[in-house]
Amino acid sequence: MSSNRRILPGFRLSLGVAITYLSVMLVVPLVVCLMEVSKLTPAQFLNAVWTERTRSAYYVTLTTSFYAAVIDVVLGLLLAWVLVRYEFPFKRFFDSLVDLPFALPTAVAGLVYSSLYVANGWYGRILVPMGIKVDNTNLGIVVVLVFIGLPFVVRTLQPVLESMDADVEEAAASMGANRSQIFWRVLLPPLAPAMWTGFSLTFARALGEFGSVIFIAANKQYESEIVPVLIVSRIDEPALTEATAVAMVMLLMSFCLLMAINYLEWRSARYAH
Amino acid sequence: MHTSRAVGHKPGTTGHGSHTEPAWVRWLLISCAIAVISILVIIPVVNVFYQALANGFDTYRHQLLDDAETRHAIWLTLTVVPVAVVLNTIFGVAVAWAVTRFQFPGRTILIAFIDLPFAISPVVVGLMIMLMFGRLGIWGPTLEHWGIKIVFAYPGLVLATTFVTLPFVARELIPVMEALGADEETAAVSLGANGWQMFWRITLPNIRLGLLYGVILCNARAMGEFGAVRVVSGGISGETDTMPLRVEKLFQEYELPESFAVASVLTLLALVTLIAKTLLEHQTQQQLARADDEQAET
Amino acid sequence: MSISIEHVSKHFGKFQALTDINLEVGSGELVALLGPSGSGKTTLLRIIAGLETANAGVVRYQDLDMTHSRPQERQIGFVFQHYALFRHMTVFENVAFGMRIRKTPNVEVAKRVKELLHLVRLEGLEKRYPAQLSGGQRQRVALARALGVQPRVLLLDEPFGALDAKVRAELRQWLRQLHDQMHVTTIFVTHDQEEAFEVADKVVVMQGGKIEQLGTPQEVFDHPANAFVMDFLGNVNVFHGRMQSGKVHLPGFEMAYPEYDHDVAQTATAYVRPHEVDLDRVAPNGAAMQVKVLQVHPAGSVAKVRVQSEEFGMALNIELSLDRYSELRPKQGEFLFASPRKVRVFKPADDYVI
Repeated sequence: MSSNRRILPGFRLSLGVAITYLSVMLVVPLVVCLMEVSKLTPAQFLNAVWTERTRSAYYVTLTTSFYAAVIDVVLGLLLAWVLVRYEFPFKRFFDSLVDLPFALPTAVAGLVYSSLYVANGWYGRILVPMGIKVDNTNLGIVVVLVFIGLPFVVRTLQPVLESMDADVEEAAASMGANRSQIFWRVLLPPLAPAMWTGFSLTFARALGEFGSVIFIAANKQYESEIVPVLIVSRIDEPALTEATAVAMVMLLMSFCLLMAINYLEWRSARYAH
Repeated sequence: MHTSRAVGHKPGTTGHGSHTEPAWVRWLLISCAIAVISILVIIPVVNVFYQALANGFDTYRHQLLDDAETRHAIWLTLTVVPVAVVLNTIFGVAVAWAVTRFQFPGRTILIAFIDLPFAISPVVVGLMIMLMFGRLGIWGPTLEHWGIKIVFAYPGLVLATTFVTLPFVARELIPVMEALGADEETAAVSLGANGWQMFWRITLPNIRLGLLYGVILCNARAMGEFGAVRVVSGGISGETDTMPLRVEKLFQEYELPESFAVASVLTLLALVTLIAKTLLEHQTQQQLARADDEQAET
Repeated sequence: MSISIEHVSKHFGKFQALTDINLEVGSGELVALLGPSGSGKTTLLRIIAGLETANAGVVRYQDLDMTHSRPQERQIGFVFQHYALFRHMTVFENVAFGMRIRKTPNVEVAKRVKELLHLVRLEGLEKRYPAQLSGGQRQRVALARALGVQPRVLLLDEPFGALDAKVRAELRQWLRQLHDQMHVTTIFVTHDQEEAFEVADKVVVMQGGKIEQLGTPQEVFDHPANAFVMDFLGNVNVFHGRMQSGKVHLPGFEMAYPEYDHDVAQTATAYVRPHEVDLDRVAPNGAAMQVKVLQVHPAGSVAKVRVQSEEFGMALNIELSLDRYSELRPKQGEFLFASPRKVRVFKPADDYVI
C-alpha cells in the first residue's frame, strides 16, 4: 500500500500536525512522569503510595465514586427511559438540561451544592433537621459526584433505547409475557452493556474529580481526603516525586477503566444497529 | 468518553408509539424523572442566580466589576481560553482529517490517544506541568535562567487548559466527517481543486456545524477548568487566578455573594452552551438525515 | 483526445484487481467498460482518472504519459456513482465549481453554467440544492458539473446504476445524443449489457481484472469471444457434449467444428440463445430434438417457453416472437421439435493446449 499515492491531499500535513501535537501535549508529559517515578526505589515508591493516609484516600475515592456511579446508573436509566419512550410537556427542555453537568464549571457545582446543603441552605433546611448532614461529609462527595456523572449514563443509554424496536416488546407480549417479564427479560438485557459503559464512564470521571469536591468535602486527612486532594497537597509541600507516585497509581486505575470502557463499547455496538 | 455527540441521539424520533405501560406508571416515572432533574440541575442553577442577585442588581454589578482581582480573573479567563480553543481546533481538524480520510498503520492507536486526557485527572495534568516547567522540574531552572516563566504564570495556565480540553473538537468532528464520507472531496479534486481550495470550499462548509459545536463545548470546558489550572496557578490573586479559581478563593474568604456573582457568569455561559448545543444538534441531525436520504435514494 | 492504456496492473493488498490491461480509446469515442462486480472495471476507470494509481503500466493521453500526474492536472470530467454533489452548494455553484477553481471571470461562469444547464435540461433549477432534486436531476447536475471544466475526457462510473428503470432508459438515449453533440472522448462503467450496447460505440467486456473481449456492440453480441462473454451477455441454453476430429457431438445433434481436429476426444460446451431456437410441430430437416412443453409465458415483447427433452434429460428456455407464437400456439404438455438456429461452441479455456 505504501507505493500507493494518496488521492486526497493533506495526509502528511494533517498527520504531522496531529502526531506532533499529541507528542508534545501527551507523550512528553507522560514520559516525564515515568522518569520522575523512576527516581524512586521500589521501597520508596511503596512508601509513597501505600501509607495510612494514601490508603484512606484510595478508600474514600473508590467508595464515593462507586456509590455515585451506582446511583447514576439507576437515575440514568430512569431519565433515559422517560426521555426516550414518553411524551410530555417541555421534554426537549429537560432533555437539554441533562447535559448541564458537562457544561457547568465544576467549581460552580461545588459552590452551589455546598451552599444548598448547609444548615440554612434550601436543601439543608429540610435535611439537617432530619439528621441528614451532607455538607462537609463524605455523603456530600457522593452527592456532588452524582451530579457530575449524571449525563454519562443517560447519554449512553438513550441511543440504545431508541434503537430498540417496539415490535420486540409486542412479540414478547404476543407470547404472553406480562409487563415486568418484558422489562426484565426483553428490554433490560440489551441495555446491560450500555449500563456498564455508563457506569464505568461515571466511575472514571468521579475518580479524578477535584474542583467540585473540595467545596463540599471536609478534606480532612484519614477521613475525607480524596486522592486528587492528596496529590495537590503533596504538590504544595512540595513533594513532587511522591505526588507523582500516587498520580501513577491513579493513572493506572484510569487506564484500566478506559480499556474496560472501550471493550464495553465494542460489545454494546452489537446491540445498537 | 463523553458520550453526547452531535450524531448521538435524536430527540423526537422515538418511534415508540405503542406504550403498553399503564398511564399511572407512565406518569409516576415522568414525575420521578422531572423531580430528579429539578433537584440535581434546575434548583441548583436557580440557586446560583438567587444568591448572586440576592442583594439586588446594583450590588451584583459592583461585586463583579469593582473588585480589581475579580476583574483581572475575568480578563485572564478571556485571554487564556481562546488560545486553548484555537490550538485544539487546529489539532481537532487535522487529526479528524487524518483518521477519517486515510488508512495508515497506527490509526486506531492514534484515535485511542485522543481520548487519553479524559482518563487523566486534571490534578495530574497540573502535576505533569509542574514536573516539566516547575522550579523543581526538568526544564524549569533552565527556563528561569532565561527569564521565561511558565508555571505560576500565563503560559502554564494556557498549557493546563489546552491539555484538559484537547479531545473535544476532535471528538465531535470524527463522527461527523466519518458520516459525510470522502465523496465530495474526491469530486472536488477531480474538478481540479488543490488541497486548500478543497478544504475551504468543500470540507469546511460541510463540517461547520460539528466544528462549531466542538468549539463551543471546548470553550465551555476551558472556561470552567479548575483542577489543572489550580495546581499550576500558584493562587496569586490578581495575577494567576482565573474565574473558577476566583470562585474558590472568594468562597474560602467567606465572601459568598461575591463568589456567587462570579459563579453566575460561568453558569450563564454554561446555559448559553446548552442552548447552542441543542440548536446545533438539531441542525446537524437534519443535515445528516438529508445525507442519509441521499444515500438511501441512490 | 485518445487514451491508451499499456500493460496496466493494479493490486489492493493481495487482491489482484487488474492484470496487464491494454486498451486504446480513440479520440471522440464512446466506450463502455462492461463486467460483473469485481471485474476491475471501476478500478480501471479510476486509474484513467488518476483517482487510483497503477502498480505497473502506463496511461497516455494522446502521446503524453499521464501515469503519475495528479487528477487535478488531467482535466477530466468524472461523474461519480453516487454523484458526490456538493450538498451545501446550489445547482449553479455545483456546476460552476470547476470554473471558479480555474479563476474564470464571473460573467463567463454565468454564461457557461447557463449553457450547460440548458444542455442537461435543468434550466430554472439553478437555485435548488442537491437535496431538493430527484435522482435523475442530480445525475444530470453531476454530468453538467463534470462538463463544466471542458474536460478532455469524460469518465462516468455506473452513471445510471442508481436510477429506476424508466429514468435510466431516458438518460441512456440522452447521453448518446449528448455525446454526438459534443464528441468528447467518453468512457463509462456499467454492469448492464443492455446499457452498454445501447449507448456505446465500443464495448470492453471485463472479468477478473482482465479484458475478455473488445469490439462494437454488434461484434461482441454476435461473435462472443468466449463462454464468459456469451454467458454474461444474456440468457443461454447450455449443451454439454464432446468434440473430436473436427466435429462436435451434442445431445440431439452434431455439427462441424474445424477448430478442433484432434483424434483425442474433448469435452465441449455449446451455447444457444433462447431466441435462436425454433419450435415446430413437425420434425424439421437437420438437427432437432423432441421436447415436451413445460410452461408457456407469453408476456412482454416475446413469448417465453420452457421445454424439456426427456431423451436427454435437459430443459431449454426458448423465446418465440409474438408472430411465431400466435402461429404455433404451443400448449402445455404438448410434444414439439426444438431446433437451434445458431450454436456457439467454445474450446475449454484452460485445459486445451495444442
